[in-house]
Amino acid sequence: MEKMSRVTTALSGSVLTGRTMHCHLDAPANAISVCRDAAQVVVAGRSIFKIYAIEEEQFVEKLNLRVGRKPSLNLSCADVVWHQMDENLLATAATNGVVVTWNLGRPSRNKQDQLFTEHKRTVNKVCFHPTEAHVLLSGSQDGFMKCFDLRRKDSVSTFSGQSESVRDVQFSIRDYFTFASTFENGNVQLWDIRRPDRCERMFTAHNGPVFCCDWHPEDRGWLATGGRDKMVKVWDMATHRAKEVHCVQTIASVARVKWRPECRHHLATCSMMVDHNVYVWDVRRPFVPAAMFEEHRDVTTGIAWRHPHDPSFLLSGSKDSTLCQHLFRDASQPVERANPEGLCYGLFGDLAFAAKESLVATESGRKPYAGDRRHPIFFKRKLDPAEPFAGLASSALNVFEIEPGSGSMSWFVDTAERYALAGRPLAELCDHNAKVARELGRNQVAQTWTMLRIIYCSPGLVPTTNLNHSVGKGSSCGLPLMNSFNLKDMAPGLGSETRLDRSKGDTRSDTVLLDSSATLITNEDNEETEGSDVPTDYLLGDVEGEDDELYLLDPEHAHSEEPEYVLPQEAFPLRHEIVDTPPGPEHLQDKADSPHVSGSEADAASLVPVDSSFSLISVSHALCDSRLPPDFFSALVCDMLRFYAEQGDVQMAVSVLIVLGERVRKDIDEQTQEHWYTSYIDLLQRFCLWNVSNQVVKLSTSRAISCLNQASTTLHVNCSHCKRPMSSRGWVCDRCRRCASMCAVCHHVVKGLFVWCQGCSHGGHLQHIMKWLEGSSHCPAGCGHLCEYS
Amino acid sequence: MRLATAANEAYTASLAVSELLGCKQCGGSRGQDEELGIRIPRPLGQGPSRFIPEKEILQVGSEDAQMHTLFADSFAALGRLDNITLVMVFHPQYLESFLKTQHYLLQMDGPLPLHYRHYIGIMAAARHQCSYLVNLHVNDFLHVGGDPKWLNGLENAPQKLQNLGELNKVLAHRPWLITKEHIEGLLKAEEHSWSLAELVHAVVLLTHYHSLASFTFGCGISPEIHCDGGHTFRPPSVSNYCICDITNGNHSMDEMQVNSAGNVSVSDSFFEVEALMEKMKQLQECREEEEASQEEMASRFEIEKRESMFVFSSDDDEVTPARDVSRHFEDTSYGYKDFSRHGMHVPTFRVQDYCWEDHGYSLVNRLYPDVGQLIDEKFHIAYNLTYNTMAMHKDVDTSMLRRAIWNYIHCMFGIRYDDYDYGEINQLLDRSFKVYIKTVVCTPEKVTKRMYDSFWRQFKHSEKVHVNLLLIEARMQAELLYALRAITRYMT
Repeated sequence: MEKMSRVTTALSGSVLTGRTMHCHLDAPANAISVCRDAAQVVVAGRSIFKIYAIEEEQFVEKLNLRVGRKPSLNLSCADVVWHQMDENLLATAATNGVVVTWNLGRPSRNKQDQLFTEHKRTVNKVCFHPTEAHVLLSGSQDGFMKCFDLRRKDSVSTFSGQSESVRDVQFSIRDYFTFASTFENGNVQLWDIRRPDRCERMFTAHNGPVFCCDWHPEDRGWLATGGRDKMVKVWDMATHRAKEVHCVQTIASVARVKWRPECRHHLATCSMMVDHNVYVWDVRRPFVPAAMFEEHRDVTTGIAWRHPHDPSFLLSGSKDSTLCQHLFRDASQPVERANPEGLCYGLFGDLAFAAKESLVATESGRKPYAGDRRHPIFFKRKLDPAEPFAGLASSALNVFEIEPGSGSMSWFVDTAERYALAGRPLAELCDHNAKVARELGRNQVAQTWTMLRIIYCSPGLVPTTNLNHSVGKGSSCGLPLMNSFNLKDMAPGLGSETRLDRSKGDTRSDTVLLDSSATLITNEDNEETEGSDVPTDYLLGDVEGEDDELYLLDPEHAHSEEPEYVLPQEAFPLRHEIVDTPPGPEHLQDKADSPHVSGSEADAASLVPVDSSFSLISVSHALCDSRLPPDFFSALVCDMLRFYAEQGDVQMAVSVLIVLGERVRKDIDEQTQEHWYTSYIDLLQRFCLWNVSNQVVKLSTSRAISCLNQASTTLHVNCSHCKRPMSSRGWVCDRCRRCASMCAVCHHVVKGLFVWCQGCSHGGHLQHIMKWLEGSSHCPAGCGHLCEYS
Repeated sequence: MRLATAANEAYTASLAVSELLGCKQCGGSRGQDEELGIRIPRPLGQGPSRFIPEKEILQVGSEDAQMHTLFADSFAALGRLDNITLVMVFHPQYLESFLKTQHYLLQMDGPLPLHYRHYIGIMAAARHQCSYLVNLHVNDFLHVGGDPKWLNGLENAPQKLQNLGELNKVLAHRPWLITKEHIEGLLKAEEHSWSLAELVHAVVLLTHYHSLASFTFGCGISPEIHCDGGHTFRPPSVSNYCICDITNGNHSMDEMQVNSAGNVSVSDSFFEVEALMEKMKQLQECREEEEASQEEMASRFEIEKRESMFVFSSDDDEVTPARDVSRHFEDTSYGYKDFSRHGMHVPTFRVQDYCWEDHGYSLVNRLYPDVGQLIDEKFHIAYNLTYNTMAMHKDVDTSMLRRAIWNYIHCMFGIRYDDYDYGEINQLLDRSFKVYIKTVVCTPEKVTKRMYDSFWRQFKHSEKVHVNLLLIEARMQAELLYALRAITRYMT
């Protein structure tokens, strides 16, 4: 300790200066180490062993320690370390298992001092005692650690890790006798240098090899370890059991870890493979590195802080044959570039969204209504003057509440469950589905089904009265004019992928936010929607995107909003052309219903629906007369499907696709179909409509979809006796050697479907139980429970 | 689902069972069914391996609990109990890891579609004319919906797979020639390009099947009954046809006789074991004493590497590949043999600069998650597997011998361990053993029963299978190291 402090005082006088710089080495480096005067660095590798002086502007080669003509494996270094007490003393670990010490004070050209050939395998690491001048420790692939006294010719003591290779050894900086070693099997051991017989403590730190460790320079108990499992962990060893206090997840296996001087929570890492950068992490912020040095073009193999009390100079050596000095102030800080955002759904569907204040501010500046309606709450964190972190910015939190009753998707669930998709003639399917839609108040959809029936089934079968009735009903209870209420009543469609909905998302969330009375909402909505064509959106398809709030604050999308408003308008004229043909009337009607688009007031709207109902009938008659082939309409039907899909109603698109089958399939490209199917299946699964989704998968003709229900079909079961997973077979437990599930009726093992009573937990083959319970209401096992089968 | 597949595979299952039954009564009469007019296939082989007498191999039904679970797992995963499994069960610990890895590679989530995986398996096995594996995977390939047209040759497969042909060839015979240009060519081929993840999957599959081909030949695995060459419809009356006659014709009746002749020198071979043990002891003791100079060590490696080129069996007769297999490869001439004749120089690969544990693992696990872990475990088990026995001796530390074998194989591929004295190899591995190793690893299709019998004559069959496990894992690692190093170089 005393010596340590002397070193410190000796150095505190001179202030380090320099700049970010690099120099080219002749060969890849394996390790680097800094002299205690912070003015020299040694670089070692398979075919390089040189000392460089670190000058103001550049590295200057000072000494080449590879002397002699013959290449020797003793010089092929896996690691190098410079004594922190003695400027002349160095040690290297060779790949052939030799530990070499070097004395720079020797007058001859060859500075090699001593050679220890005790290890049988590659030596991975050497380490000098921080305060003792003559003690050297080595860790080797053969699983042994050896402690050498440089005054003697051989090792003083040998420590056996009782396992495979040692990857790192480090003397504790604070505890004189303690050192830590890390192993290929994921263990970390703590040893007392006086007790070579067994380790003081051992624990498993990582899954897979632990490549490196480093003691905290100030905090006695902290040890950082880095492993192949891409983690850096900080352990508190002061307690009885080693406790993991911090964990940083990196993107590649961690080759080296070094605590940053004077910064309690910072450490530098570099990785073994793939990733070439050097990172400095704040262990309390384990997700984004505090600083990043991107100079190297190949993996970094050695890192060292230039001075034990200066946090701003980092040296690194790399496989790309360069030696770099990084200045902390030149580091790139990923935090600055990141846009921290958080999004979370509440239990009752509320949505909270937090983002950097600056991002929200620009958004609200552009859209005047946003600022006052979102109830923003601003958090400002007081900056710690001791922290060099500038990245901590204030953030804004928005909470979007959901009106009770809105957001209900019951229509979706009902529709999905009640639609008939196959197994009956087309006409019946269409009729059935139209009926379902009508009962759920989705008249537009109902009309569509009816019209599909007219198009694809022979027209003679459609009684005019029926049609009349449906149309009349449709127009009478048609889409309500009070569109602001409508907006809320209509259930949003989850997961619709159409970008069109983004604009709706905006307005909707605004509306929903308000917890004031309904009238207020109406007013505001009218104001709001006046200028935009949002109403066309929700009147055409009664589905809205809810996920789209995600995009709310995304500046990029916000800018592109304008051109996207155009899209529904594009779609609309298209529909206009269809006005003369059967699907037309409903759109006419829609148009009439929507005062904002037509530009007219309610009186105009009230007239139009009557017209449309007549027009439909007349047109359908015309159809009967002309007997146009169904093919004639397929383009229109396809347009219609696309339209529904774009509105977010993939349910309709997919259902029609399945019902019509071959009739339209060829006109829509495979990928679009696949996309619709996956969206719809995804939706169904979110609503736990497994049966329906499976039916859809089965009925789909797309290969990619139909193979969906053949993937991941494994069912894992646990044994009912020992609660262990039954890995090999589903009905016999390997451990307790018992058959897990016996049928209470036939007393055989159930290998397939097992049904059981939730009251008495007896059960058996589905068939048997069904049969049994038809005749008796008691449990077949005779336990007296009155089982119910539903 | 597992239940359902079990039903599907009832066919294969019944075959497998009948095969087992058939083995026991090989040559016995099973003609009573003939009156039904059904032609009943009869197994041709004598148990799972042609090299190992059937009675030495564990009989299904007599296994212990652990093995039973393994068999059950294997059956559930593959729908059959193949001969490889039956031979590997000598070492259940390894078998478990092996099956898990293979199952993951072929059936679990991965970047490549199922039929591609089997097709790559076929491509790899075909490089070594291993009709056993090819037949097995042709069935699987068709089973998962592969296009039968592809089986007419690589040129009928998609361009993407054709591009892989070159890598397959180099990897199988001269992995040290793989450069990042090979990788680049695969990854940047317009619409036929591979993704990195797919490529790693493919590379793992290729290496897996190259080495599995080595095992198949190295242990003389007999064809499955439902595959070509595994059965006959000939009535059993012609007694001598029991000995199966597969494609390579490596084994024939006379070899059987050679074997019996070889058994005469039992006493010789006894001394063989003693001598080997003595040498191991000596090496252990004198290692500390005499320390060879650096140049000496380097030259020992070079000598071993160079010599390994010339270690070849004398009977170098041309093997005519079976017709069904040959269609999968373009030029049969490209083999390991070529370069040994021309004495091509193999560059040295320093394992300390790129090793599996640090580098290979990280790369594989990054691009094809979990597989790195599985392969790592497999390497580990294979390398560390020991029962501390040697022939009739117990409590022997065999680590030195295992390391010598492992490093010898890597040496043949030019992979050098800085911390290993290659002089040890010469001491521990005699010539006939080296011939066997060399043949199994480099030209497995040329392995003969004579080779199998002539090395380590006193050792048990299970120990010879153990050696084979070391061989195939070392080979797989060597190939993987070269391929992964090229990928790493491409990425940087």
